[in-house]
Amino acid sequence: MNLQKISHDLGIEETLGRAIHFAGGFTRLTWKSIEELFTLPFPTRLVFEQLYSIGVQSFVLVLITGLATGSVMALQFGQGLARFGGTLYVPKLTSLAILREMGPVFVSLLVAGRIGSGMASEIASMKVTQQIDAIRALGTSPIQKIVIPRLIACLIALPLLTLMGDYVGLIGAMLIAKFELNIDIEFFVTKTFETLTLTDLVTGLAKTAVFAFFIAIASCWKGLNTEGGTEGVGRTTTWVVVTSSIFIMIADFFLTKLFFLTVYPKY
Amino acid sequence: MLDTKTAPQEPALRIHNLHKSFGNKHVHRGVSFDLKQGEILGLFGGSGTGKSVVLRSIIGLESPDEGEIIFDNMNLAELTEKELFEVRTKISYVFQNGALFDSLTVEENLAYPLKAHAHLTKVEISEKVNHMLELIDMKGSNKLLPNELSGGMQKRAGLARAIILEPKIVLFDEPTAGLDPVNTERLLNNILSFKRRGMTGIFVTHDIPAAFKICDRIAILHEGKINLILTPEEMKNSENPLVRSFTTGAHIR
Repeated sequence: MNLQKISHDLGIEETLGRAIHFAGGFTRLTWKSIEELFTLPFPTRLVFEQLYSIGVQSFVLVLITGLATGSVMALQFGQGLARFGGTLYVPKLTSLAILREMGPVFVSLLVAGRIGSGMASEIASMKVTQQIDAIRALGTSPIQKIVIPRLIACLIALPLLTLMGDYVGLIGAMLIAKFELNIDIEFFVTKTFETLTLTDLVTGLAKTAVFAFFIAIASCWKGLNTEGGTEGVGRTTTWVVVTSSIFIMIADFFLTKLFFLTVYPKY
Repeated sequence: MLDTKTAPQEPALRIHNLHKSFGNKHVHRGVSFDLKQGEILGLFGGSGTGKSVVLRSIIGLESPDEGEIIFDNMNLAELTEKELFEVRTKISYVFQNGALFDSLTVEENLAYPLKAHAHLTKVEISEKVNHMLELIDMKGSNKLLPNELSGGMQKRAGLARAIILEPKIVLFDEPTAGLDPVNTERLLNNILSFKRRGMTGIFVTHDIPAAFKICDRIAILHEGKINLILTPEEMKNSENPLVRSFTTGAHIR
């Protein structure tokens, strides 16, 4: 009895209820999207529009973030390792960290913030102004017109953006290594190629595919289920950014653990 | 738009014993009525009585808890979302605010149902869109975005988009709400011109003069049921307190 009261007072039941509602909705939308993915006509034009919006328009943002992240990491590793005379390990550590963790996670967080919120608010606005109802009333499917183009565009754009983020991140790290840590560029490049394997790149990109899937489906689901006018649109946007960010951080841990157990080399 | 295959005496649409609840709120407690071929049936009722829910249930945007919606020998209440796609080319919905897609131009909005359902060439679609724009007095508005249109124009474009596939039944959800008298008149004249071509429809409204102008019969939804169905003439002369509450309200306004 007391336990029930405590759980009620803390809002645990309500939170749990919302989580179950989301999990159910997420699964249903995923299933429906897979089902309708193979329904013709395929929304090619809409996919390209979304690719432009998600991929091309995020390009500069990823460029700046990648460069800054790589630079900061090289600087931090350089300063930290210098105390133990380990500056020469900077290329190995930095390149591994960028490809396996920082590239996928930072780019996904950026996309969750920029694209996830944008998608959710756009869909939510369409919902509250009855445009989603209009899509249905005109005999077409909101999943095909709204969800599938965004999902496919996210699944294509996010790994590509990550690839670019990784690349500029490594350049940033290399420049810092050269000008701040006095590490020769040739040495940096050689050590980077010695350290990195295709597995590091692929696992990093696989993570972004998982994150992209979550960001797209969660944003679309929340947008399609928005209620409460413009206030509801605001709540939806916040929810998507917070939920996606939390998911990215937690899922990253479990995916990393999984990769350590399966594909990463044991030292 | 008139269904020639159906016998004239057979209703275009039959609603039988419709029930719908939202949580603890029982909105419909057995709504039943017939929509005759070629008529426009007004649907009156106080705010929150579920007038729009009747329309949304017909087109499948809401699922009734119980009851039948018979159209073309099908019970629409039992159809899946996929099966309803086809029905929605025959029954269309005019939203209160037009619900135009705000990222598409007027032309693209009108072409949307044609691209989705009619097997027409680009030229044929363009011709049809231009013809429709002419009918609703919006010639030359092709490239405008919805936010560049006045409220009246948005509603007329919404009407044009809803009827461009020449549906058998058109559902109007308070189309004159928020319009000034000039735009109301213009919209009603558009609806009347389509009615003369044989359009069948249900017209949900609070606007008594508008309903009197275009409706053949008016149904009153009260306490979850259709309480009365009258002609505009009968409604004007009725002494029924419920009817009077609407007509008197109109006079006061």
